[in-house]
Formats: sequence, C-alpha cells, structure tokens
Amino acid sequence: MQIDLRTVSIQPLRQTFDHLARRFGDKPASRYQEGGYDIQAAENLHYKPTWDPDQELYDAKITKIVMQDWYALKDPRQFYYSTYTLARARQQDATESNFAFVESRGLADMLPPAVRETALKLLVPLRHAAWGANQNNTLICGYGYSTIFTQPCMYHAMDNLGIAQYLSRLGLLLGDTEALDEGKAAWLEDSAWQPLRRYVEDTLVLRDPFEAFVAQNVALDGLLYPLVYARIVDDTLSAQGGSAVAMLTQFMTDWFDETKKWVDAVLKVAAAESDNNRAVLQDWIRAWSTRAASALLPVVEIALGAQADDAVGEQLADFRARIQKTGITL
Amino acid sequence: MDMKVAKKKLGLKEKYRLMTRDLGWEPTYRAKDEVFPYVNYEGIKVHDWDKWEDPFRLTMDSYWKYQAEKERKFYAIIDAHAQNNGHLNITDARYLSALKIFLQAISPGEYAAHKGFARVGREFPGVGTQVACQMQAIDEIRHAQTQIHALSNYNKYYDGFHAFADARDRIWYTSVARSFFDDAMSAGPFEFMIAIGFSFEYVLTNLLFVPFMSGAAYNGDMATVTFGFSAQSDEARHMTLGLECIKFMLEQDPDNLPIVQGWLDKWFWRGFRVLGLVSTMMDYMLPKRVMSWREAWEIYGVENGGALFKDLARYGVRPPKGWDDAEKAIDHMSHQFMLGLYQWSFGTSFHSWIPSDEDMDWLSAKYPTTFDKYYRPRWDHIRKLAVAGTPFKNFGLAKLCQTCQLPVVFTEPDDATMSCHRETEYKGEKYHFCSDGCQHIFDNEPEKYVQAWLPMPSLFQELNGDIGAWMNWVGLRDGEDNGDYSGSRDQRNFDQWRGMATSNT
Amino acid sequence: MSTVFIALQANEETRPIIEAIEIDNPLAVVNRQPAMVKIDAPNRLVIRKETIEEQIGREFDLQELHINLITLGGNVTEDDDSLTLSWAE
Repeated sequence: MQIDLRTVSIQPLRQTFDHLARRFGDKPASRYQEGGYDIQAAENLHYKPTWDPDQELYDAKITKIVMQDWYALKDPRQFYYSTYTLARARQQDATESNFAFVESRGLADMLPPAVRETALKLLVPLRHAAWGANQNNTLICGYGYSTIFTQPCMYHAMDNLGIAQYLSRLGLLLGDTEALDEGKAAWLEDSAWQPLRRYVEDTLVLRDPFEAFVAQNVALDGLLYPLVYARIVDDTLSAQGGSAVAMLTQFMTDWFDETKKWVDAVLKVAAAESDNNRAVLQDWIRAWSTRAASALLPVVEIALGAQADDAVGEQLADFRARIQKTGITL
Repeated sequence: MDMKVAKKKLGLKEKYRLMTRDLGWEPTYRAKDEVFPYVNYEGIKVHDWDKWEDPFRLTMDSYWKYQAEKERKFYAIIDAHAQNNGHLNITDARYLSALKIFLQAISPGEYAAHKGFARVGREFPGVGTQVACQMQAIDEIRHAQTQIHALSNYNKYYDGFHAFADARDRIWYTSVARSFFDDAMSAGPFEFMIAIGFSFEYVLTNLLFVPFMSGAAYNGDMATVTFGFSAQSDEARHMTLGLECIKFMLEQDPDNLPIVQGWLDKWFWRGFRVLGLVSTMMDYMLPKRVMSWREAWEIYGVENGGALFKDLARYGVRPPKGWDDAEKAIDHMSHQFMLGLYQWSFGTSFHSWIPSDEDMDWLSAKYPTTFDKYYRPRWDHIRKLAVAGTPFKNFGLAKLCQTCQLPVVFTEPDDATMSCHRETEYKGEKYHFCSDGCQHIFDNEPEKYVQAWLPMPSLFQELNGDIGAWMNWVGLRDGEDNGDYSGSRDQRNFDQWRGMATSNT
Repeated sequence: MSTVFIALQANEETRPIIEAIEIDNPLAVVNRQPAMVKIDAPNRLVIRKETIEEQIGREFDLQELHINLITLGGNVTEDDDSLTLSWAE
C-alpha cells in the first residue's frame, strides 16, 4: 500500500539537537551549524598521545592564542563538506573549460616566447610552495581546536593541493614534463627561489597551529597571491599578450578573493578576544610578513625585473591596510 | 598556423605521479626529523617511500567532480525525506534504536577518524601516502556531517537523538567507541593506519555498513540507506588505502612484521568488540530482518577476512590472535548484549524490548545450537517478570572491561554457562577484563590503559550515585529517552501518526 | 580459491556497468539485493572501460565508478583501461 505521507501534518517534538539549542535557541538549525558546532570530543578523553604525552588528544593549549570558545571562529562562507565541494566542483568546471579552450585553440603555442618563459619560470616552481601550504593547513586541521576553526583548514589544504595540480597541468601544457623537472630544479637550487623555500621549510616545523595559520594563510599567501596572480599574471603578462596564462590561473585569483574573507574573519575574532591575542598576532604577522616579502622579492623579479622592489613594497602596504581592518595594527 | 608540438602522452600512473609525489622535496634548510617528528618512534622501518603504490589515483579536480555528484544526490534525497514525512515510512519506530546508537557512538567515530587522518596526512614523509590520508580526512568529515544531517529530521520527531553530543563524551556505552578511536589517535601514525585504515576499514567496516544499510533498506529508512551507501562509496577508497598501507609496511622491512602482527592482533580484537553492538542491531533491532549476525559474519568475516589473511600469508602474516575466540562468540554475543542492554535500559538513550514469540522463533532458527538452550529461557523469565508488573531492572554497577569498556557480560569461549572474567594486578591496583583478548591488550601497554576513563566508577565517585543527577549530566530524559520500547512516547507517537496517514480519522 | 567482490548501488547508472562485468567475467555471480548489487568472482574480477562504453554508447571514465561504488574485496590494480580485483592464488 502506498501511503501519502505528505498529507499528514504533525508537530515536531523539538527543533534541533540540545547542543545547538543551547547555543542558538530551539529553532531549526542550519546544516553548517549541525555539521560544525560541538562535534569534536571535548571531555573525558581516554589516553594521552604516545607521540607527545604532554598534550591532550584535543588540546587548545598547544597554541599561544587563547579563546574562551574556539567555536567563535566562524567561517563567513559557512562551508561544510557539501557546500565546499559543490562550490569547488563549479569552479573546477570553469577551470576545465579554460584549459580546454587554451588547448583546443592552440593558445599556448601562440604565446609570445618571453611570456611563456616567464610564466613557466615563475609559476611552475610555485607548485612546491602550494604543497607546503597543503602541509601546513593539514597540520592546522589535525591539531587545531574546534571543528568550526579546523574544518575550513582541511578544505583549504585540499585547495592547496588542487592549486599545485593546476600549476602542474599548466607546466605540462606550456612546456611538457621537462618544464616540471626544470621547475623543481629551480625550487631546489636556483638562488631566486631559496629564500622562499627556506621560508616554507621554516613553517613546516611550526607546531603551534595558529602560528602556522598566520605564517601560511595570512602572511605568505596574503602577499604571494595578489603579487603573482593579480599583479603579474592578470596585469603584466596579459598586457604582454599572455591572457591565455591568466585563463589558466583564474582559479587561483578567484580562490584568493574568496578565502581571504575567511582568513580575515578568523583574525578579527581572535584579535578581538583579548589584548594578549592581539599582541601575539601582531608579533607573528609582523615577523612572518616581513620575511615573506623579502622571500618573494627575487621571485617577483623573475617577471618584473627592476620594478619588483616597488611592486612588493606596494603590496606590503596593501597587506598592512588589509590587516589593519581586522583590528591588528602592524 | 600549426605550431603545436606533440605532447608526451602520459598514462594515468605517470600523470598521477607528477600531480602528487613530484610535489614534495627533501628539506635542506630544516632536518627531516623536525618536519616529520613522529614517524620513527614506533620502530617501523621505511627505506623507500617511493615504493608506495597509490590506491585509486584521484586528482583534486576529479575528486571535486565526483564527490559533488554524490552530494547532490544525497541532499536531494534527504530533503525529500524530510519534506514528505519519510520517517513514517519505516517499518516500526523500534528500528530507531539502531540509529540512535549509531549517532551517539559511530558518527563521533567518523569525526575522530577525520582528525586522525588529518594528523597522519601531515606526519608521513611520503607524498603519495599523505595525499591518500588527506583525502580520507576530508571524506570522514563528510561522513560525520551527512550522518548528522540525515538523522536530524528523526531528532525532531523522536526521542534519544537530541543529546548525542553530550552522550558522546559522557554516557557509559559510547565510551566503548570513544575509547576505541581515542586509542587509535593516541597511537603513532603507523599504528593508527593499522587500527583505522586496515583493521577497522578493511576487515570490519563491511560488517558494520553493508548489513546495516541493507537493514535500513528493508525497513523503509531511505535517509539512512542514502548516507550509508554514499559513505560506502568513499569507503572503497579507504579500504584500498588500508590494504596498501599494510602491504607497504610489510614489504619495506622484515623487521616490521612482528610489530604489524602485534597491532593486527590488538586492533582486530578492539574492533570486534566495538562492532559487537552491530550484532544486536541485526539480530534484535530490525523489525524486518535482512540476515542474522551469524550470516553476515560468514560472508564478511569468514569468507572475506579469510581471503584477505590467506593473501597476506605471503608476507608471513597470520590471522589475528583473537580470530578463533571471535568465531566462538558469534552465536552468543548478540543475545548477551541485548540481555545486558535490556536490564540496564534505564541508563540508555534508546529503547530496548523483550523479543516477541515470532522474534524468538527466528532467533532459534538462526542460532539452532545456542538460542533455545541458553537465551530463550532467560527471555521467558524476563517476560514473566514484566507481565507480573515487576520488570527486571538492574540498577547495580556494571563492571566494565578496562580495555574495551563494555560491561563484562560475555561467557567463556568454550563454555557458555561460565561468565568470562579476567583480572590483572598492576602497581597495586586490580583491573578487570571481559576476555583474554582485552587482557592481553592491557598487559602489552598497561601505562596506556590505566588512563582509561571509566564512566561507571566516575558516576559513583563524582555524583555519589545520584541517578537523576547523572541523567541530567548525560542528557538523558528519564521516561522519554530510556526504558522499554513498549509504552514509550516513540511508540505512541509513531502509531498515532501512522494512523493519521493511513485512515481518515 | 578466494572470492573477490564488488558491490554497487542498484540504479540506472550501474545497470550497464554490471552487464559489462558479466560479459568480461563469465565466472562472476551477480547477487541482487535491496538497493545493492554484489558481484562475486573466484580470485579475479576485471572491469573494462571499453566494454562499459559499448554498453552505454558514450565515453566512460573508470573513475566514474566511484559515484556508485559501495564496497569491494581484493587487491586493486588500476590503469587507464581497466580496474582489476584479485587475491594471490
């Protein structure tokens, strides 16, 4: 017998789960709320980690940042797995068409040789920097406290991997497998890349998840993305007949615009929590962004030559203005 | 203008290599030990991370594409389920006990797996291994979330779901699953992989998901079928990762064999105990049954587990030490569990019940050598007490196993009339165990297991045995969430709502 | 002899995949259960891209299998044209 259940009007006993009712009242919760708040174990943890018996299994004290409620670090995009994946699938569709367009029209071969060479020299080694970013975001997700703070870091880590893979495809398209080999050799040995590689390796030994967040997502990527993708690829290379390159890196440009809203929101809430947090963030951002700027200078020179100094200086000023808006003065 | 230079045609394997493991490099500004500090202390020797074989070569673009397709399907179905009162399609609201246990004990395990895989996805020095673990990390948060989202609508109409986050950390039976995942996460990265990646995912997960989801399908629960099968489609990748991981460890160095074998022995038994709860779901909690626990064990334990360990024999691996004891327990465990749950039902955020005559006939047909002999008489006795108005309740303190945290309710492997109980004295304290398997696990790592948080003793120490205060603390509403299904609010509401749907009155 | 298996969701997308598996694996046994189809085979089971493409009349990327895959048993070997499950004999 088929029953028409839609015709039954019944009153629910409750609107949501107890832990969400305590936070937001007894009303229907969003899927972001259901999938994020209080779903990490909080009490009565059974054993100390054998890999570091001084830590708890979930430990808010492994960072210098102190939060009364770590769930306050809300992601303005309200990403949970589904909304994240759907958003990226749409972008991946667009990126795929861009790659197909460049490939089918032979646009890669029509690039002015100097533009193509600059694109390969500048962009291909960056896939290793993106891998470093993946490592750091995976660490923040693994050891950071509260799902609301850590789940976007896992998404970010997968994005970093995706970007490293798009850069690899760009290298293959513009220059075949040799381009990847040359890019890796440059990353490992060329003097232009060593300050950046040293920066990345220095972030890989950080074990304070929030400091890793600052060194990677705030400082390094906050300078690298606008410099490389907006200023160099979208402006300079496009003006030199390299719009095809900009098509291949559109994902990165859009991605940075989207994700920086989240990064800023996290900084803003953490800084507003206490003077201590603000001071810690200030120190970290100042130190890491100064280093990042000087590490990026020789990289920017690959494309901008003598104008690199000015470009990095201007970008650093923009960056400071952006950070200022989160309540942290540099 | 034809200036196109023919590009090398790259095979799947080579392309994937360039897209993943070629991204990594040997650090020179920092020591490798600083970057990967936890990879050596367990004693596993790895000589060449490049020998790692990637299980399923998904790059991020394909990952997003296929996962988005799964997500669209999933949410379309659970939206329809919520809009159309899909909960009234289930065979009977008794069935929901299985879902309540799932949400309180298993979904938090998915989340723990998410965190654990993020950690090992950072700690292994091989890029191929890291990427596979990271994909599992993001999949596992998907599972936790899709489960909560699918069961959210049931929470609006039925008791026992509302306090799952409190129950996860506080109620006694969830600490069985919690201690399992805490145990894995507090281990090193290689042991974590054997614990979750191999033992849980490969050896045991089929026993959990496949019969459970078929059970949901048989009982009209579209929401659960959907999250179950959707999660399982990731599970196939995870199982392959687990299998690859154990083969990799065994191929890298012969010295790894005894360490890996020790972990297999431990984690098979740990997992078998956790999944014991599934046996009661299959044998008792499904109004319309799919197959018995015994039958599921034959397919997914004996047949597949057997094939797996036969395959691994080439590395010198033998089946886990507890395998024979597990086999001996199969015909008893669901009955022993359900009898336990029924007598402690005042303290569970789900309902249990006395099986009907029809249920018992099914059980005796499925368990011809054990049910009528040992368990039917006990159920008959319990039913007599219930009919007489003096239902059998055990408010006594359940003695919990120090390792698996289940109440000590099992019998000796070779004598179903003898209750099984083991004891170890360590540094002047006595510790209790439900089985040889659990005792061995403790004896190998006593410093770890003495730390275990045991919920029952805590209740009596901290709350002075005040049951009401304890119920508040664990989020259990007396008279609504707990007790016998017969006469419960869930039963009354479901029958009434179904009545409204099937008649004009 | 050990059994390898693959289980797929029972739906319109998997119908031709199951047919292709039956064509390529004469020893395979197809078990149809509610919402799920489980295919067992002795020691080895191969899924070929080309055979699936013949059934559906369009290109098929073997990774599309992931969408409807429920579970499997056996060692997995994957290349551009096929996916094989096997146990050591």
